[in-house]
Amino acid sequence: MIIKLENLNYIYNPNTPFKKIALDNVNLDIDEGDFIGLIGHTGSGKSTLVQHLNGLIKPTSGRVIVDGIDISAEDSNLREVRQKVGLVFQYPEHQLFEENIYKDIAFGPKNLGLDDDEVELRVKKAMESVGLNFIELKDRSPFELSGGQKRRVAIAGVLAMQPKVLVLDEPTAGLDPRGRDDILGGIKRLYKEEGITIILVSHSMEDIARLVNKIVAMHNGKIAMKGEAREVFKQPEKLEELGLGIPQITSFMKKYKMKGNPINDVVLTVEEAKEELINYLRRKGNA
Amino acid sequence: MLEEMIRVENTTYEYGIRGEENHLIAVDNVNISVKKGEHLVILGHNGSGKSTLARLMNGLLTPTKGNVFVNGMNTKDEDNIWNIRETAGIVFQNPDNQIVATIVEEDVAFGPENLGIPPVDIRKRVDEALRIVEMTEYKNHAPHLLSGGQKQRVAIAGILAMNPECIILDEPTAMLDPIGRTEIMNTLKKLNKEEKKTIIHITHYMDEAVAADRILVMEKGKIMMEGTPKQVFCQVDRIKGLGLDVPQVTELAYELKKEGFNVPCDVLTVDELVNAL
Amino acid sequence: MLKDITIGQYFPGDTIIHKLDPRIKIIIIMMFIVSLFFITSFSPYLLILAFILFTIKLSGVPFKYILKGIKPLILIITITFVINIFMTKGEVLFPLGPLNITKEGLYRATFMALRLIFLITGTSLLTLTTSPISLTDGIEKLLSPLKKVGIPAHELAMMMTIALRFIPTLLEETDKIMKAQMARGADFESGNIIRRAKNLVPLLVPLFINAFRRADELAIAMEARCYRGGENRTRLNELTLNKQDVLAVSLMTVFFGFIISTRYI
Repeated sequence: MIIKLENLNYIYNPNTPFKKIALDNVNLDIDEGDFIGLIGHTGSGKSTLVQHLNGLIKPTSGRVIVDGIDISAEDSNLREVRQKVGLVFQYPEHQLFEENIYKDIAFGPKNLGLDDDEVELRVKKAMESVGLNFIELKDRSPFELSGGQKRRVAIAGVLAMQPKVLVLDEPTAGLDPRGRDDILGGIKRLYKEEGITIILVSHSMEDIARLVNKIVAMHNGKIAMKGEAREVFKQPEKLEELGLGIPQITSFMKKYKMKGNPINDVVLTVEEAKEELINYLRRKGNA
Repeated sequence: MLEEMIRVENTTYEYGIRGEENHLIAVDNVNISVKKGEHLVILGHNGSGKSTLARLMNGLLTPTKGNVFVNGMNTKDEDNIWNIRETAGIVFQNPDNQIVATIVEEDVAFGPENLGIPPVDIRKRVDEALRIVEMTEYKNHAPHLLSGGQKQRVAIAGILAMNPECIILDEPTAMLDPIGRTEIMNTLKKLNKEEKKTIIHITHYMDEAVAADRILVMEKGKIMMEGTPKQVFCQVDRIKGLGLDVPQVTELAYELKKEGFNVPCDVLTVDELVNAL
Repeated sequence: MLKDITIGQYFPGDTIIHKLDPRIKIIIIMMFIVSLFFITSFSPYLLILAFILFTIKLSGVPFKYILKGIKPLILIITITFVINIFMTKGEVLFPLGPLNITKEGLYRATFMALRLIFLITGTSLLTLTTSPISLTDGIEKLLSPLKKVGIPAHELAMMMTIALRFIPTLLEETDKIMKAQMARGADFESGNIIRRAKNLVPLLVPLFINAFRRADELAIAMEARCYRGGENRTRLNELTLNKQDVLAVSLMTVFFGFIISTRYI
């Protein structure tokens, strides 16, 4: 287990009329190698939760244990924690500030106190991970790039910290389908090749279904559902109560089954649906 | 009365200077005619020229070559520029960056105030605009405390209060969550069906294009495809080749058809596919 | 942190004070400030104190809220007090090494600190009871006669409105960028002043870039909404003076006139 949340509570503006309970007794275990989809509508507590994972927010009560370190303790070493858990915020390109891409990506590793050779190695590797050409781009200004490329530079800036856990808060917000596929493809590769633990916050059920193996759904500061992706998407009614949905393809298969077609309706992608339907329609045709 | 809301005639728009490094042809010899009352969607990935096209359609930019007419007025004619912007209002992507005032109703009033409308009439227009976008109860709120979808509806109300015949929306949902997106899509439907406004909606979300009367697909400043949603989405490979998506059910229908099943390719919704199979 | 500063933040209400025309309120506060500087003895302060307490009572703003507004300025008040107490020559009360506390010093320090406190409470009463919009409207109207001598009254008011509109947005953004850089190991909290100033670069550069981008987009959006300066512009809520306004301004003119005259009696 790499992350453990125990009876986690967080209250904004305590003891004022603006008091708001953002996290309400959250308990969660995340195993090494998990790819978790964190879903929930705006204001459900997702953002507050992920900011606890690297100590940007300290819990009002309860414990956050990352890789054996209790980061909610007063004297915890936050630098070490922030190296272990990399957090990519929404619209991360808005945090770029250096005159060239190399320097911007090197910001994190330099803060870790690494020597120049190690920094260069890491910058190179991080750029490769997100599909940016090191030689071609390292000396260019990040501000000349397109929106999708800027975002990849920003993500590389977090990857260069070489975290064990990577948290991405809506990494594809505002991108067009091509930009989205580039980013998600990179994340998928990273997961397969590096085996790091990933937590993906997203509103797109289609993207979640395509990528993750486990889902955690939040509602009103509580964890409302958690489990294998397939199991969670089996319960569309419950997801709807939380103001969430299921992928269009999953919802189609359900409706088609209800019409009296005995198929396996728990599919997550178009490819799976295609395979299932072809088998079914051929069987039906032969019968 | 003219039947045509906007005509884009052999229009080219270039950024920078020819031969220099930053030169870019954003819109390349485009011809479009938008009918009054039409709900037109312009699809294209980032950098395809669709935002430039939007700005050409209400005189924020004027063509390098060709002409753009709004309700018969040429956007190059300086005397008409305020009439043109009053006729064709535009809503932008980031709701935060188009709200001027610190109170919702003051912001909605900004447009009519600029037009020099008497205060009594501004009041009427503001109330009516807020009613249409269903934000009346928030009229005395501070904009920064609203959700993204609510802010964007305030921005739409701000345009509505100028009484435009046509509303151009440049990726109005790109920064919103699913709830906000649904709110905006419902508002657009209402504006088109009930208020009879011409809607030109620019987006890269294919699911928002399904409800349109007509779709234009742009790439490299040119119109690559044109037709009803069914006609356009039928061409799954072409759409994907242009860096865009089709609805999942449309893709499934297309794949099944390729495998030799008798499935129509023009299904856009879950129910259509369930019925087709 | 930054969000805790409440000084001058509008406290909505529906009292007589809230309803006064902003122009009248600005004029009264001007008279208030001028008379403060004419006061040379303690006794007129009693009148000023009465004026402040009376206005607070009428405005319905909780006293606690006003104290909270003074809090961030305590440091400045203290410095004023300390400087005055040590820097005034006169009859020595307590000798403290090279520095002496004098009778005149104590008197002057108390006097100056009170002046500062009155100044802050008085002006914050104006902003507490007047929404930013009507405040800028008031300033624009009051300055408009100066347009003839080239003072851009409308533009100034518009700048204020936009600044007020974007302050919360930029505060939120500051918080976000700070957290994003902290996630990359940035440290905004330790080190000496030079080190700290240097560490602010990763915060300030993106903040400025984003602010310019916002300004750019806002300018285009305003142009699209037919904004072309103050010429021929109308307002949703035009300012009109009524009986109360005239009464208030007359009474206050007499009141502050009297305070000013005490100097010469």
